[in-house]
Amino acid sequence: MLYALKIAIRYLTASKAQTALLVLGVAVGVFIFVFMSALIGGLADFILSRTVGDISHVTIKAEDAEPAILISPEGHVLAVTEKGRMRTATLAEAATWIPLIEAVRGVVAVSPQITGAGFLTRGAQVAQVSVTGLEPGRESAILNLDGYMVEGAARLGSGLVVLGQRLADDLSLGLGQTLRLQSSGGVSTMLTLSGIFQTGNGMIDSSSVFVSLPTARTLFAMPQGVTRIEIKLADLNAADATALRIRGLTGLDAVPWTDGAEQLKEALNAQAQTGYFLKSFALITIVIGVASALLLSTYRRRPEIGIMRAMGAGRGFVVVVFVTQGALIGLLGGLMGAGLGYLALLPFPSREAFRPGTLPMDITQGSYGLAITLTVLGAILASILPARAAARVDPVTAISQ
Amino acid sequence: MSALVEVEGLVKTFGSGEAATRVLRGLSLTLQGGELTALLGPSGSGKSTLLTILGTLMKPTAGSHSMLGTDLVAADDRALTLFRNLHIGFVFQFHNLLPDFTALENVAFPTAVREGRETAAARTRGRELLARMGLAERIDFPTANLSGGQKQRVAVARALMNRPELVLADEPTGNLDRAAAMQVMALISEINRDEGTTFLISTHDEKIASLCRRQVVVGDGVVTG
Ligand SMILES: Nc1ncnc2c1ncn2[C@@H]1O[C@H](COP(=O)(O)OP(=O)(O)O)[C@@H](O)[C@H]1O
Ligand SMILES: [Mg+2]
Repeated sequence: MLYALKIAIRYLTASKAQTALLVLGVAVGVFIFVFMSALIGGLADFILSRTVGDISHVTIKAEDAEPAILISPEGHVLAVTEKGRMRTATLAEAATWIPLIEAVRGVVAVSPQITGAGFLTRGAQVAQVSVTGLEPGRESAILNLDGYMVEGAARLGSGLVVLGQRLADDLSLGLGQTLRLQSSGGVSTMLTLSGIFQTGNGMIDSSSVFVSLPTARTLFAMPQGVTRIEIKLADLNAADATALRIRGLTGLDAVPWTDGAEQLKEALNAQAQTGYFLKSFALITIVIGVASALLLSTYRRRPEIGIMRAMGAGRGFVVVVFVTQGALIGLLGGLMGAGLGYLALLPFPSREAFRPGTLPMDITQGSYGLAITLTVLGAILASILPARAAARVDPVTAISQ
Repeated sequence: MSALVEVEGLVKTFGSGEAATRVLRGLSLTLQGGELTALLGPSGSGKSTLLTILGTLMKPTAGSHSMLGTDLVAADDRALTLFRNLHIGFVFQFHNLLPDFTALENVAFPTAVREGRETAAARTRGRELLARMGLAERIDFPTANLSGGQKQRVAVARALMNRPELVLADEPTGNLDRAAAMQVMALISEINRDEGTTFLISTHDEKIASLCRRQVVVGDGVVTG
């Protein structure tokens, strides 16, 4: 109703200082909402990228892997299943599936791998290692090997091996040295150490070695197929749905990273809950602020409301005038708070440049639209009580006050 | 021709039990179209109470009230609001105008609130009425900046906006000095003469009452003269 809007605007502009203060109060609430959204969202991304950024988001494993080896935390082999009793299961037609998987929406990288256990020998020293054969050119598709190199290069070629700093230290290895790698199947080959990395993950740094896929084929006597396909997604949270889609597409047992990541999910959930709690608090503050300010205004304008009613304004008209005031305050405060929030988030480094020690604020996760929408709705809700009080004003007593 | 307004056996009691005050005690009154009537009586005699009932802002405890052949006791709030808007104008003693609006906006209000927006036609009529009240220079003035007499003249213009049959004025000159009061009364007489609008004006000022063609005196909750 245009005329109610005109009156609502006039009422708001009539007491400018009061309205400005009210809008500012709302804006502060919205600012907190936006800031919390950016912080919680950024923090979650930060934690996820730290924990699962380097792992496969969807993994396809061959039905049964290499003979299982049980290793104690100290690295002692406690049990080895008898070798040769069963053939290593393979994903024989991997070559045909990979283009199919690569075409699935949200898939950013696909890495076919041959994995297995082996022993690394340098002189008299022997270390039990897990061997991963990676396709040359896709060495950094899942684990960002390239980014973690401290010496040499991640590039894998025939006869080359790349391994972790801890393992290199344990065996006193240096770049360019020749090592002997023997697979659990008994095949052994001589390799040249071409790169040393440090991921920060103790397991990987102390017991993983990476060779090229052809080298792994020789080691594990697997002329074709792979044992494992690792898939990286653009969106971590899409893993469940994407795994399902790949399963439907290929019939393979695609497993999302979320399987078995309950603790991480719980932690992220708890963090999100904290965020919701704080954001709800900000909204409640807005609602209470708007409601009390409008209630005061209703009281102050009782005589005017009485006059308007005497002149033929219905109760509905009075309600609309006050609800419109609430909505306008919500809209102005929402826009202002979201704008201020955006400006305040600008100086924070972008999500790609998060560094430990700084707040991982993510400006793209400010929930600006949601903040404004909820604020307008909250302000409308807040104005219902004052508006009803205004509509109930008795013109006779109001005018004769 | 039937009467414009008819009230009969009007009773109004405020409160209940021991504290009950019977303000109107069976008051009857008829107003014909085109009358200019003064409502006299001492303070507290029930003049304002009668006017608010006639203005459909309050319902009587008992008795009948009709205007233009419509039974207004039985009507609901929504119907009364529209009836008021179309047929009744008000001028009060205090709290007359909307302080954050200009003179013209105040005058146009009764039409704009019904039509949902302030039309050009409404503004034109508002300007004419203000000019007629000698306020052509004050059309876009914030009403807070007007003198007491000017405010009451704006209020009279607004009461006339929807061409009502009846204008109820509750001590419209009570707050004004003699000159301003006379000016307001002169304008009311003029409108009554030219347009035939019926006025009922409460006052306890004999001088003001003498300017009206008919005088009704209220005392003890009934019409005494
Ligand atoms: N809402 C009310 N509640 C209780 N008493 C009222 C109310 N309105 C008016 N009265 C009483 O009714 C009497 C008449 O009041 P009123 O109609 O204002 O008289 P007048 O306008 O002639 O001075 C007064 O005694 C007043 O105290
Ligand atoms: Mg009175």
